[in-house]
Amino acid sequence: MYEQIRSNRRASWLLMGFVVALLAALGFAIGAAVIGGPRGGIGLLGVFGIAAIAWSVLGYYSGDKMVLAVSGAHQVTHENEPQLFNVVEEMTIAAGLPNVPAVYVIEEPAPNAFATGRDPQHSSIAVTRGMMQMLDREELQGVVAHEMSHIRNYDIRFATLVGILVGMIALVADFFLRFSFFGGFGRRRGGDSSGNAGAIMLVVALVLAILAPLAAYSVQFAISRRREYLADASGVELTRNPLGLARALSDIAGDPQPLRHANRATAHLYIANPLKKRKTKEVSGVFDTHPPIQKRIGILLEMAHVGPEALVPGRRAAAVAAGDSTAAAGPSRASGAPSRAAGPLPHEPPPPPAAPPAPLA
Amino acid sequence: MIAVIIIIVILVVLGIIFAGIYNSLVGRRNQVDNAWSQIDVQLKRRHDLIPNLVEAVKDYMSYEQETLTKVTAARAAAINAGNQGPQAQAQAENMLTESLKSLFAVVENYPDLKANQNVLSLQEELTATENKISFARQFYNDSVLTYNNKIQMFPSNVIAGMFNFTARQFFEAPEGDREVPKVDLR
Repeated sequence: MYEQIRSNRRASWLLMGFVVALLAALGFAIGAAVIGGPRGGIGLLGVFGIAAIAWSVLGYYSGDKMVLAVSGAHQVTHENEPQLFNVVEEMTIAAGLPNVPAVYVIEEPAPNAFATGRDPQHSSIAVTRGMMQMLDREELQGVVAHEMSHIRNYDIRFATLVGILVGMIALVADFFLRFSFFGGFGRRRGGDSSGNAGAIMLVVALVLAILAPLAAYSVQFAISRRREYLADASGVELTRNPLGLARALSDIAGDPQPLRHANRATAHLYIANPLKKRKTKEVSGVFDTHPPIQKRIGILLEMAHVGPEALVPGRRAAAVAAGDSTAAAGPSRASGAPSRAAGPLPHEPPPPPAAPPAPLA
Repeated sequence: MIAVIIIIVILVVLGIIFAGIYNSLVGRRNQVDNAWSQIDVQLKRRHDLIPNLVEAVKDYMSYEQETLTKVTAARAAAINAGNQGPQAQAQAENMLTESLKSLFAVVENYPDLKANQNVLSLQEELTATENKISFARQFYNDSVLTYNNKIQMFPSNVIAGMFNFTARQFFEAPEGDREVPKVDLR
């Protein structure tokens, strides 16, 4: 875990440096092409470089606020949402974190969740309304534990920065491309550059403007896939109940709605791809922000030593429909979690009422 | 001259290693203490919640006086055991857990109670507190494990012995949960 924290810290700095360099280069190329000559290039390099540094600092300190605002999340308290708040508190204790993250709700029916912030002291967890309605307590616990792992190992810092910085690069490149296509540039105003050099720089600027977001996106994709597996595993280490998360993921996979408030810059933050294309493929492509959800479920089921028949989806929805509200508030932790020799599983007797029929072979 | 420098370097390196091990031992011990106080906070919260619950259900459950008295008695015993060390406290708290479990089982038989908003929210709070207790205990036991490993393994055990770091007790699970089947080898 300390290894992950260190690597996340390092990666955050590298990312900021990379983005500042990339934008400075973009600034130089655009400047040389549009304003003309190396002088224009250096001028715009300075402007872009300073803007990129300022944006990185802003992203570091208030990236979480931006992400939450973009996602349409509003903060809730123990009075508004006692169960969600309690579950978050439980997982904070299990993770041994110093303080409880801020809890947010996104008023959307698509089930999803994410965590953001810069360290465990400044962190937030956001859950959609659909998630809270669809999942029972045990499943919700699995999801929150997954998010808590992202917080604990500083994934949130890196992922939030990626969202903020990738978003910016995409925005700048997009702006430039659109602008140049509509021919809005008064070229060679400075006069001290030959027409040839200006044209070459324009081509370089165009190529960079096209490649920069691609490079940024591929960083985003590559980093987030592995992290999801890791967070699944360490989330289970907190709940000692792989089945809860497995059932939650299978409920999420069964829901076809995309999340309206998610976009390409924030997609990698969520527990499951919010921009569903709903292709159930086995291998992940270069442009996937998430590993195939079926594969994640498979790994979790393996941990629980059960087959796919243990996944009884939407139990809470069924219970609510039947007017049985206690199923939602019942005891939560199921057995089946491999208990550690020195961390004896407390109170719960082997099959609590919340456990599925468990028709295992 | 060179020999002196080498000796000084070796001493400095040893000193740094020594300080590092000592600091990590102190850090681990503080983590164990902190984890223990987390359990304590949650146990206290449960003690505070129970009178409210008993108050809320007792009018509905006139036939179940025995269950209610058991809960109240277990709560009193648990509060009393508060300063008798982890082992006694764990035992008393486990009794309380069992009595609450049977109370909630009884609540299931009363449709009026199950629909009562007050009882429902109390039930959610108690469920959460139960979970928090067990997660706090899980974290405490994990912390104790790493701490005990540290003070028993070489080389940190040398420094632990010098500064009187002593092993801590685990917060044990209820008796019934961990009974090992007896094997007769005759």
